[in-house]
Amino acid sequence: MMSWCQLGFQDAGSYFMEEFIYFHDFTMMIILGVLSYVVVFLVLGLVSGWVDSGFVEGQLIEFMWTIFPALILIQIAFPSLLLLYLIEDFSKSFLVCKVVGHQWYWSYEIKTESSEILASVDCYMLPREGAFGMRLLLTDEFLMLPINVPVRILVTSDDVIHSWTLPSLGIKGDAVPGRLNQLNVTLSRKAMYYGQCSEICGANHSFMPVMLMGVTSPQFFMWLDRL
Amino acid sequence: MSSGVEITRPEGAIPLAQKYSGLSEEEVKKRIIAYNPPADSRFPNQNQTKNCFQNYVDFQRCVRLRGEDYKPCQFFERNYKFLCPTGWIEKWDEQLENNTFPVKL
Repeated sequence: MMSWCQLGFQDAGSYFMEEFIYFHDFTMMIILGVLSYVVVFLVLGLVSGWVDSGFVEGQLIEFMWTIFPALILIQIAFPSLLLLYLIEDFSKSFLVCKVVGHQWYWSYEIKTESSEILASVDCYMLPREGAFGMRLLLTDEFLMLPINVPVRILVTSDDVIHSWTLPSLGIKGDAVPGRLNQLNVTLSRKAMYYGQCSEICGANHSFMPVMLMGVTSPQFFMWLDRL
Repeated sequence: MSSGVEITRPEGAIPLAQKYSGLSEEEVKKRIIAYNPPADSRFPNQNQTKNCFQNYVDFQRCVRLRGEDYKPCQFFERNYKFLCPTGWIEKWDEQLENNTFPVKL
């Protein structure tokens, strides 16, 4: 979860989010370099008082300041597209979890072993008094998923558009009524993950958080059995 | 058990914790994280609505053509039960009963 005055990302809880953070850091490095370069020349240009009235063209410099940024953009595009297609690889999932948005709570359905067990969980936000100081984040029930297992999450809604998101896992999917949006996530560590509804959905849009716990596979199935 | 959780199990099902007690985590994973509807190249993108609906329709057509006991129909049944939200399945079952299902089976 976020802490006070935090500016950066939360610690990554999935392998994809780790890659997103690396990509973000890489691109930010390039951005800061370009920004510094531009600011320096801008300031120099303003304060120096230098004027070259005969400067009307410069083939070489125009070539360089076209090609060089293009090369930088290509360098950014490679990891960006790689990640984009990597997160869309749905062929290796082991578990299916359906997320249904309602006004104003989330419900989760998990089925295992050829329809043997169907677990359905409704998660309502805890009121301020019961939230142990973590207001707007805690729910009475929460979803548990096994770690190191690719999970296929199908998001939909029962009424209006919501959005199911977990920033520390790097996933977000719109819950649209009549549509099933597929997300792919592999949790990498045992932890609690928090998120909040990310699409305006009525009066209590701010009060329908997402709470997920990453556990080991045996713990996950014990939870399904409610032992 | 909290009132917000519902578990449905077929009669006689052994609790999973008992069924898999004594096994290591790897063995548990191998045995029970079993089913995921296979990737369907007709529906490669994020929108899986048609995948769910198509499996439901295919199952209904299969049992009407071949009968309830025809085992290959269970492939479609398993797929739609894993993909489709329970509310959608209940709605379509009700439409079938009332003869208002939008697809000609």
